[in-house]
Amino acid sequence: MIDYSVVLFRSPNQSIWAARLLKKAGIERRMMPAPRNLTSDCGYCVRIRSIDLERVREVLEKGGVEFLCIEKLA
Amino acid sequence: MEQSGIKTIYFDNAATSFPKPPGAVEAVIDYMTRVGGNPGRSGHARSVDAGEAVFSAREAVAALFGVKNPMRVVLCSNATEALNLAIQGILRPGDHAVTTAMEHNSTIRPLMEMERRDGISVTVAPCPGGRVDCEELLRSFRPKTRLVVVNHASNAFGVVQPLGDIGMMCREKKAVLLADCAQSAGIIPIDIKRDAVDIAAFAGHKGLYGPTGTGGLVISDDFDFRLIRPLKFGGTGSNSDSTYQPDFLPDIFESGTLNAAGISGLNAGIRYILSLQDGVRTVQSHKRDLAGYFIRKAGECVEGFTTYVAAELMDTGVVSFNIEGKEPSEVAWRLAERHGIMCRSGLHCAPLAHRTIGTFPGGTVRFSFGIFNTPEEIDIAVGALQEIAVEGGE
Repeated sequence: MIDYSVVLFRSPNQSIWAARLLKKAGIERRMMPAPRNLTSDCGYCVRIRSIDLERVREVLEKGGVEFLCIEKLA
Repeated sequence: MEQSGIKTIYFDNAATSFPKPPGAVEAVIDYMTRVGGNPGRSGHARSVDAGEAVFSAREAVAALFGVKNPMRVVLCSNATEALNLAIQGILRPGDHAVTTAMEHNSTIRPLMEMERRDGISVTVAPCPGGRVDCEELLRSFRPKTRLVVVNHASNAFGVVQPLGDIGMMCREKKAVLLADCAQSAGIIPIDIKRDAVDIAAFAGHKGLYGPTGTGGLVISDDFDFRLIRPLKFGGTGSNSDSTYQPDFLPDIFESGTLNAAGISGLNAGIRYILSLQDGVRTVQSHKRDLAGYFIRKAGECVEGFTTYVAAELMDTGVVSFNIEGKEPSEVAWRLAERHGIMCRSGLHCAPLAHRTIGTFPGGTVRFSFGIFNTPEEIDIAVGALQEIAVEGGE
């Protein structure tokens, strides 16, 4: 079973930006509704494989995309 | 192009560009028929795809203006709304603003309204022959000058202002520089970092070849956007637990559902321009060629043909002219009715510019060429003007 995490952002605009950067970097990612227990946003967050976590951080920091946190999906 | 069976020629691209390039119409249809969701509001595929289309447009605009962070592109419904956001958002009671004598009403009206309503003061720097007098502009600064508003390219006369020189002046005087790029975006290469422009407003449906109802502000990477107060407040899809407006870009300025269909078309329009060999430079060179050809040919062939600014200053494919003894509105009407040639006459919402050039209140006939116009169309138009010049009144 694949272990997933979600990256949460301040806004759906930031999520979209992040998803595009991750796609360009060849990292598997999927947009999904932001879990209500983690954020109040109406929009989305980015689901990644937990195994890619460090690469994801690296890509987002390099791209200048601010994220709120990365949480493991139950 | 045919309309109701009549072959038409469209020379009104400064009002809105037509036709739109390949891909722009299809992008709107794709949004309306396949994508369909509200950008940034839900987690399903339609909403995500809509968000991606909007983001892609931000990236395209950022690339066009030389801005690194696409979140610094704020999408509005047109350049006027964008200019109002910047002008009303920055100026406070007691502030002083400097602007030029070539402004469109989209900048001078909000300034005048704030002068009357909010107690700001405004100095209009003269533009002899169309170009701003930089020495006079410099002399216009006061200790309380917070904002300088400059029409980059005149919608009425096609004159381009020296943004870089003005930018340096504003940096020295610690004033914010707002450039109205409604008539230059997509037509003249713009680099707001190089020219020290803090904020630029653009129209999406003119030189960027998107649909009407699109436009926005580009805020330079190092400008403190918190100096701009939002004009509107509401839902942004972010910070939904708070009853206060988000304090980050672009959400702080983008309340309510965006025009995702129009923005999809705008994205395609900009990408078409960027895909041309040499991009915007190709557009500018084509428009310069057409304007130069028209001025030369009409000058030779049309009796009483008069232009008002030096040919080398007309840099955007916009040519304002008159035919001696003829009302501009009559010339435009005859061009449209008898020859299918569409252009604009009058004051072009720019009474200041017409006063500066000496064509107020009568105005001019304006031809504004687009990337799809051809020298053959100009030949036809010159033939039509020749006829109109010698016709009697009705």
